[in-house]
Amino acid sequence: MNYVLPLIPALPLVAFVVTLFLGKWWLKDSAHWIPIVAMAASFVLSVAAFLAIRGEEHAIVVELWRWIPVGDFQVPIAFQLDQLSAVMLLVVTGVGTLIFIYSKGYMHHDPGYYRFFAYLSLFAFSMLMLVLGSNYLLLYLGWELVGLCSYYLIGFYYHKPSAASAGKKAFLTNRVGDFGFGIGVMLIFVTFGTLDYIEVFEKVEHHVASEGVLLAIGLLLFLGAMGKSAQFPLHVWLPDAMEGPTPVSALIHAATMVTAGVYMVARSSVIFASAPTAMLVVGAVGAFTAIFAASIGLAQNDIKRVMAYSTVSQLGYMFMALGIGAWVAAIFHLVTHAFFKALLFLGSGSVIHSLSGEQDMRKMGGLAKKIPFTYWTLMAGALALSGIVPFAGFWSKDEILGMNFKGGGYVIWAVGLIAAFITAFYTFRLIFMTFWGESRMDPEVEKHVHESPWSMVVPLMVLGVLSVFGGFLGFPPENGVFHKFLEPVFHQANEILHVEHHYFGMLDFVLMVVSVVVALSGVFFAYLFYVKRPDELPQKAGAVSQPLYKAILNKWYIDEFYNATIIRLTVDGSRWLWRVVDAGVIDGAVNGVGRLWDIAGRVVSPFQTGRVQNYAVVMFIGLFVIVTAVIVF
Amino acid sequence: MEFGFAEQIGFRALSLLTFLPSLGALIMVLFMRGRPSAYKAAALVASLATFALSVFMLTAFDTSTAAFQFQENFVWIENFGINYRMGVDGISMLMVLLTTFLSVIAIIGSWNYVKDRELAFFASLLVLETGMIGVFTSMDLFLFYVFWEVQLIPMYFIIGIWGGARRIYAATKFFLYTFAGSVLMLVAMLAVVWWYGKESGALTFDILTLQNAGFPSDLQFWGFLAFFVAFAIKVPMFPVHTWLPDAHVEAPTAGSVILAGVLLKMGVYGMIRFCIGFFPEATVNAVPYVMVLSVIAIVYGAAVSLVQPDMKKLVAYSSVSHMGFVTAGLFTFNLQGIEGSVLQMVNHGILTGALFQMVGFFYERTHTREIKDYGGMARPLPIAAAFFSLFVLGSLGLPGLNGFVGEFLILIGLFQYMKVFAVVASLGIILGAAYLLWMYERTMFGELTNQKWLSLKDLNAREILTLAPLAAMSVVIGVWPGPFLEMLHAPSLEIIAKVEPFMAQKQSLVQMASAFLGGF
Repeated sequence: MNYVLPLIPALPLVAFVVTLFLGKWWLKDSAHWIPIVAMAASFVLSVAAFLAIRGEEHAIVVELWRWIPVGDFQVPIAFQLDQLSAVMLLVVTGVGTLIFIYSKGYMHHDPGYYRFFAYLSLFAFSMLMLVLGSNYLLLYLGWELVGLCSYYLIGFYYHKPSAASAGKKAFLTNRVGDFGFGIGVMLIFVTFGTLDYIEVFEKVEHHVASEGVLLAIGLLLFLGAMGKSAQFPLHVWLPDAMEGPTPVSALIHAATMVTAGVYMVARSSVIFASAPTAMLVVGAVGAFTAIFAASIGLAQNDIKRVMAYSTVSQLGYMFMALGIGAWVAAIFHLVTHAFFKALLFLGSGSVIHSLSGEQDMRKMGGLAKKIPFTYWTLMAGALALSGIVPFAGFWSKDEILGMNFKGGGYVIWAVGLIAAFITAFYTFRLIFMTFWGESRMDPEVEKHVHESPWSMVVPLMVLGVLSVFGGFLGFPPENGVFHKFLEPVFHQANEILHVEHHYFGMLDFVLMVVSVVVALSGVFFAYLFYVKRPDELPQKAGAVSQPLYKAILNKWYIDEFYNATIIRLTVDGSRWLWRVVDAGVIDGAVNGVGRLWDIAGRVVSPFQTGRVQNYAVVMFIGLFVIVTAVIVF
Repeated sequence: MEFGFAEQIGFRALSLLTFLPSLGALIMVLFMRGRPSAYKAAALVASLATFALSVFMLTAFDTSTAAFQFQENFVWIENFGINYRMGVDGISMLMVLLTTFLSVIAIIGSWNYVKDRELAFFASLLVLETGMIGVFTSMDLFLFYVFWEVQLIPMYFIIGIWGGARRIYAATKFFLYTFAGSVLMLVAMLAVVWWYGKESGALTFDILTLQNAGFPSDLQFWGFLAFFVAFAIKVPMFPVHTWLPDAHVEAPTAGSVILAGVLLKMGVYGMIRFCIGFFPEATVNAVPYVMVLSVIAIVYGAAVSLVQPDMKKLVAYSSVSHMGFVTAGLFTFNLQGIEGSVLQMVNHGILTGALFQMVGFFYERTHTREIKDYGGMARPLPIAAAFFSLFVLGSLGLPGLNGFVGEFLILIGLFQYMKVFAVVASLGIILGAAYLLWMYERTMFGELTNQKWLSLKDLNAREILTLAPLAAMSVVIGVWPGPFLEMLHAPSLEIIAKVEPFMAQKQSLVQMASAFLGGF
């Protein structure tokens, strides 16, 4: 493992450097080969790592060099392989490889072809650093670097002002979260004297820190997670991030990067388990985000934006799981979500690609027969997302809901259930509007509709298979292969929480049936609205709930609120500081002092006449005054 | 003498290092008048040789000690106890390296920049280099003061002769501001020397001797204040920073690079040597005030940067913010804070130097620095945009690049000193990302605002050569800062040892303040 582990991130890094420097002049149209091969090789190595860590009780740590060594602050560049990082490695490199291959087809007309693959490789490197790092500072490093790649890739079409500003928005919103993350890291160091995961968790177990401090650490870290994983109220950047090319949305803004927050909380499970209030916050924010984002997803007409809000909502589910201590369920949902959401994005991309760039679902319809591969694979993804048995998303989502119910989180369970209904509804709204019914396409676009090339279809099919069968990794619920594999990682946290082993029982079965019925009814209502009576029902529903509908359509006015308050205040306040304080008061005072000397000079200078007689007179007067003074006093 | 030049390296390396640039300038002026290619080559060779020598000295440098190395000591003016004494510790060695490195960059960067009195320009740069190196290598108060004033003059000329439209105003402002500080410093110096002479019966200007003098409290107070004001102006700290934006905007590119890259650091360096070195007790008393001013500078500088319409002014104000980190880190008096602070000086020199250099390259093409005149420049200038983005990212503290290492160490230091300062400073980091990325978006991204820009040429080989070393250093320090930090361990411990005895008495007050702020 000493060589395998560092190689996993190193290969994409090499691919990045080579592609960046040689891409434009030399590799050109074949710029995809090095990144794809590097990524596939990383995947193979990740499989090796996965096999090596299976059943091991202790993590494998490989230290490369001391990164920042100052006094008792000693942070190494070191990799830690345990079951959690192994799962993340497989997701990142596996889904990554598929999306790299897909990008070959999707991006092949683009003038920035090499640039795209260079950024993707840099992203892969950063994400792998994030999941492999053995301490919080490396997590922070990977965290910021994936944020940077996200910034570059959202703004990939930088000449579009909307894309450029979306990239900036993503970065800055994340910075707000990272403000908390950074302070959290400092607090960890000051409290435990180390940033190393293993050492920190050991010290938490030995009660080195009070619960108050742990709560503070937990909440600060979670603020970072809220930024990266787009949880309310820091979710605003993710929908705008859809300005980036679709493979980016699939890889970064669905399958991997946005789940970093989930990874972080799961990684810190020991800390959160020791601070129950923090867990409560995590769960509550997750549940609220799940239903909040799902509601916005209802009214979006841009196919990618529906998916974006869906991602925000699904990430909320993962935090719901973490909030109740269902660590494995969270990671399980992370994995299945990576499968089906990547699939849905890539499928949407395939639709967009075949429609020459059209993203508005109101200008689609009746595509099922024209692009059948895309249709069927997308259908698999939709079923998985909606939580229809036995597709992948069902098992993970149901486990999250079930664990919440059994853990006493009835409110969160209920919220999750309603969100599940909305999810099924908007998902099938998307399917029906896009593939069923009459065509509403531009005639010009319709003429050119074509199935995508093999490089795009094959990844879709692989992800389709995973979306159908991936859920069985976690079967039977709470006790599947997946759970057994991850057991050692969460052993400590579960011990703190006194979790007992549950076995599948009657209650679980009832809960399952409930959630399937809810999901199916969501699909049914979508059918009613968008297939049966598409000209009538949606308008009627919109009219009946006019204010609510308007709020949803406008994304609950969150962006407007930020613009009017925080952003406005910062910019206007800064301008005031500059104009009034800096130029007015401070520099005014400085120039005032200068002018004072100037005036003093003018007052005194007439005496410097150059005439000896005048000087003699003044001298005489002076002498007279002095002599008088001496005599008088 | 321990660590004398003879044992350590065999020749008077520091004197050679200090005067080599001026020697080059002298040769240029005497023999190369009217031959631009010759004197430019000579300037480059002189600066390169100086840089090479400073790097070579590293091979003989001992990082395990806080003692001054490569020492030279000769009697200069015996009656007043003035010696020609030079030496470097880890901190000054690093500053010297930064100086010699950036001087080379500045000379390559302004190869075709000035049209008028070119010879004088390059000669001024070289004389300036001598002054700067001298400041960092002097171990005698008098010698230090001479160099301190020497570097002021070429800089005054560089701004005043080769500057922009309001150059006279800016140069005068720069000169008077700094000079006002210098005069205070001179008075304090004489007071210190006079007091020690009275106590010990012999006048001396030797810095090390004076550092161990143990001045009485009231002298500490006034002495600290005078030195501190002088250096705070140089840094510049809030609220004596207003000369900086004017000086930068009017200065030619090379002037800005050196000004931001090296001259500002002389202020902090002076604080280390004199404020802390001479007056540790007064220093400890001043810590809360310095902290407050520094943290104000961090946030204030960042906020004012955000709304600047002029790119160069934006970078100038960002320096106020970044130097706020440096002074804050220094006065935490823990290892992370101090080492982060000194390293951040190097980082700031590299990154801000690079940013000014790039603004200069843009200006040479477009003849405007107004952000609104730019837009979509990534299309005609992709290589420039790539470099620009690297330096912007370094500046906003992206991990993996150098800015992060210093900044984070400072924050760790601050956090240990008092949490609330670290929290407020972190707000400055958010603002930092905002003003830099917003500027980048408005200049490089978006639609092309001016079709004329389409015909602009991307960076040429010389310009790439100017920026590539800066970019490389940014990455190297970002991923492997170890060797740089190693030079700082011993001197930083020395600093802590100096103030530690006085910290103990003061601790309770800090804790009281901390408790008052709710423990945060």
